[in-house]
Amino acid sequence: MIGLSHYLIVSAIIFSIGLVGVLRRRNLLMLFFATEVMLNAVNIAFAAISHYYNDLTGQMFAFFIIAIAASEVAVGLGILIVLYKKHGSLDLDDLASMRG
Amino acid sequence: MYELIAFYLFSALIIGLFLVTVMSKNILYAMTSLAAGMVLISGFFFTLGADFLGVVQLIVYVGAIMALYSFAMMFFDATKDIKEKNTSSALVFLLGGMSALVLVLIFVGLNQANLAHPDAITALYPMTEGVGNAQDVGMVLFTKYLVPFEVAAVMLLVAMIAGIILAGKKMDDSLTEDLGADEEIMIVKDKK
Amino acid sequence: METLVYIALFAPFVGSLFAALFGMSERRIFVGVIGSSLIGLSFIASAILAYNLYLTGTVIQVTMMDWIHAGDFNVEFGFVIDQISVTMMTVVTLVSTVVHIYAIGYMDHDKSFNRFFSYLSAFVFSMMILVMSDNFLGLFIGWEGVGVCSWLLVGFWYHKPDQDRKDNPSISPSWAANEAFIMNRIADLGMLIGIFILYWNTGSLKYDEVFAQLPYLSDSVLVGAAIALFIGAMGKSAQFPLHTWLTDAMEGPTPVSALIHAATMVTAGVFLVIRSNPLYSMDAVSGVSFFIASLGTFVAFYAASMALVERDLKRIIAYSTLSQLGYMFAAVGLGAYWIALFHLAAHAFFKALLFLGGGNVMHAMHDELDLFKMGALRKKMRGTWIYMTVASIALAGLPPLAGFWSKDAIIETAFNEHTYILWIVLVITAGMTAFYSFRQVFLSFHGEDRHTALGFDPHEMYKFVLVAMSPLAVLAVITGWFMGTYKAFIYNIGTTVQYDMSEHTHHLATYLGLLVIFVALSGIAYAYIKYGQTGDKAWKRSEKVENGFFYKLLINQYYIPKFYEEFITKPYMMISEVLWKKVDLKIVDATVDNIAKFLYVSGDKTRSMQTGNLSNYLNWMAVGAVLLLLIAAISAMIA
Repeated sequence: MIGLSHYLIVSAIIFSIGLVGVLRRRNLLMLFFATEVMLNAVNIAFAAISHYYNDLTGQMFAFFIIAIAASEVAVGLGILIVLYKKHGSLDLDDLASMRG
Repeated sequence: MYELIAFYLFSALIIGLFLVTVMSKNILYAMTSLAAGMVLISGFFFTLGADFLGVVQLIVYVGAIMALYSFAMMFFDATKDIKEKNTSSALVFLLGGMSALVLVLIFVGLNQANLAHPDAITALYPMTEGVGNAQDVGMVLFTKYLVPFEVAAVMLLVAMIAGIILAGKKMDDSLTEDLGADEEIMIVKDKK
Repeated sequence: METLVYIALFAPFVGSLFAALFGMSERRIFVGVIGSSLIGLSFIASAILAYNLYLTGTVIQVTMMDWIHAGDFNVEFGFVIDQISVTMMTVVTLVSTVVHIYAIGYMDHDKSFNRFFSYLSAFVFSMMILVMSDNFLGLFIGWEGVGVCSWLLVGFWYHKPDQDRKDNPSISPSWAANEAFIMNRIADLGMLIGIFILYWNTGSLKYDEVFAQLPYLSDSVLVGAAIALFIGAMGKSAQFPLHTWLTDAMEGPTPVSALIHAATMVTAGVFLVIRSNPLYSMDAVSGVSFFIASLGTFVAFYAASMALVERDLKRIIAYSTLSQLGYMFAAVGLGAYWIALFHLAAHAFFKALLFLGGGNVMHAMHDELDLFKMGALRKKMRGTWIYMTVASIALAGLPPLAGFWSKDAIIETAFNEHTYILWIVLVITAGMTAFYSFRQVFLSFHGEDRHTALGFDPHEMYKFVLVAMSPLAVLAVITGWFMGTYKAFIYNIGTTVQYDMSEHTHHLATYLGLLVIFVALSGIAYAYIKYGQTGDKAWKRSEKVENGFFYKLLINQYYIPKFYEEFITKPYMMISEVLWKKVDLKIVDATVDNIAKFLYVSGDKTRSMQTGNLSNYLNWMAVGAVLLLLIAAISAMIA
């Protein structure tokens, strides 16, 4: 039988893939993709827990995470466009203007 | 049985697709595989009995968010391969592997701990027998989570306005050929 | 009446603050005038209070405000005007007034004129708190206040450089000030412990409440408190072995010596014992009291012996102060508190007069104090000569001057208590007192003129200064006549201060008095033969005497300052040096430095993290997140 831990392990693996993406990529758009991967991993975990504990709270959290992801994308893409207009690039290495 | 097959199939596909997303040099490939992965995740939701969540996942993520990304992609050169200096893979995979390992270990451990005490956790909003998932979710969402729901709605509105203003400013200016006002200022600064 | 109490207390404070306003500016005569008149106001208030107390006999107690309220610990800023404190108040303010006026003339050429008056008035204020407080804590505040003012005033000419001990036994004003301050701190520790013992066992600091509970305390507590309080008194009143600071404190300006180191502050120790007379008259502490009497007698003799050979005018007077303080302690130790207090008052008058006269001489001789360089000054300084002679007769204890009555009463007390050894020593000391005080008078004012050859041209002090000194001269003469009145006055306070001679002593009183007078007269006569004559019989320095064993011993103060230096100061210095170089620099400082260095270096090293590149930041964040995860996992595993 597939148990809760199966789902959680899959969720952990997907989350780690997202983390690898966040660490590895320098392109802001790809960073956004990686972030989406991580958010989805968390959603899987919530849905699974909701199912196995017979509790709707997990699904509620998943809804709100989706809402937050949607707004993040809306604002984030706007910022990306402005950045691209300004610098002609989305590479983080080109945007390092805060060197201390 | 179906559940078992579905789980392993979906898991393998999702992991593969997301690996492509993370590794690919081409934005188009990355985005396509991301969208596909999300569709499969909604499959997970359906098998877990969260029908409404699965539908929302399809509509919002695959429909709205991916559409947004594809629109945004048009502003950038999506056909070109991305040239980027990736962080040394040893560190990345070490960190990623470590976190995966530790998380898996924690979850396995948690599972065993919960098996020892199965009644340790009681449901805050238990699912109602004989009621569809959408109705159940609606009941909880519009009673117990009404205020967060409305706040989330306002947040989406704010995000929408922000997106329009940020992206829509000087939309008539060309992004690549002409110099925007901001860039002119930058050049003046550089000269100084 | 309450207003008068506050006027008496705060007028000097106002004067001090007023003078402090001009502390940094050049000499302004009106600062001195206003300061003096405020002290005078304080004196008038004190005198009215004293007169009122004499007439009505009602003790005034005022509580100005709550001072400390901490849990069960309550102390109020309260003042009590009874026979003891009013005596002290009147004496202190009277002498202070004269000294203030005197200082206007004496400090005429000093550029820190205003600062001087600020300190001097602050001293009077502290002294008033000391004597007026109705609890031990207030007394202690005043006690420390006069200590600080004494330190400021002894070190008033702090700019003078250090000299070798051979040239100047007190080294320098700042050294002397520090010595006085540190010695007093040592003694104050004892006093604080005494106050703690009393508070611990009685739960109060108010005199009345503490003394009311004394009969219920155990003997060891009483003895402990009496010893500890007396240690405090020993420091302030410069009793052996904490006496060396007093002679060194003569480095301060002469008005300071007159006011603080003769008339008022040094008698605070005597005052403390008199104030605590219910404690010291308990049967349980009779041993301590007898020790006080013995120590007082010893100091009286010991200080007088050193004065016999001293050449420095002010130091002679300082030794005589020490000696007279010894007399007072002998009296309080024997239980004759009111006699001690009376001697304290009489002594304050003639000793202040003596010091101020000495100050005139010093002023005239341009700060030269060596008696061997004076002689025959009476022709040029007639007024000062008269004052000095009157004061010296009073000090020597010849009737009808003040010193005779009070000192004779003390000697009689020693006889009355059947402590004949103390009595004999005190009688001999009276002879020595007469000798050294007239030796000083004869050497400076009589005999051959030695100063002209050395190029000195003495001149008399300002007229107004001499006039200002006259009240002291009058009091030095007449105070003794009012001994009976004073006795009746102070007997109102309670039985513990009352002291009467036995019938037997009363019979012999005339003969005892005559004996003392005879001893004193022979001392004076010997001084005259040796130092007072002119012509062929005039006194000359002799090598033989000055190299004698006793002379050397006495002129070096029994080598006690040297002993302190060799066996206390130097080892302490060595230990301090070791602690400074080994412990402070190598451990304490090094630790602090290394913490700072570590922070600095780690900051410098980790600065490179701040690349401004978001990707690097994300990496660091991931490292942190993984670390946190690891910690969570490990802690979960351990649990």
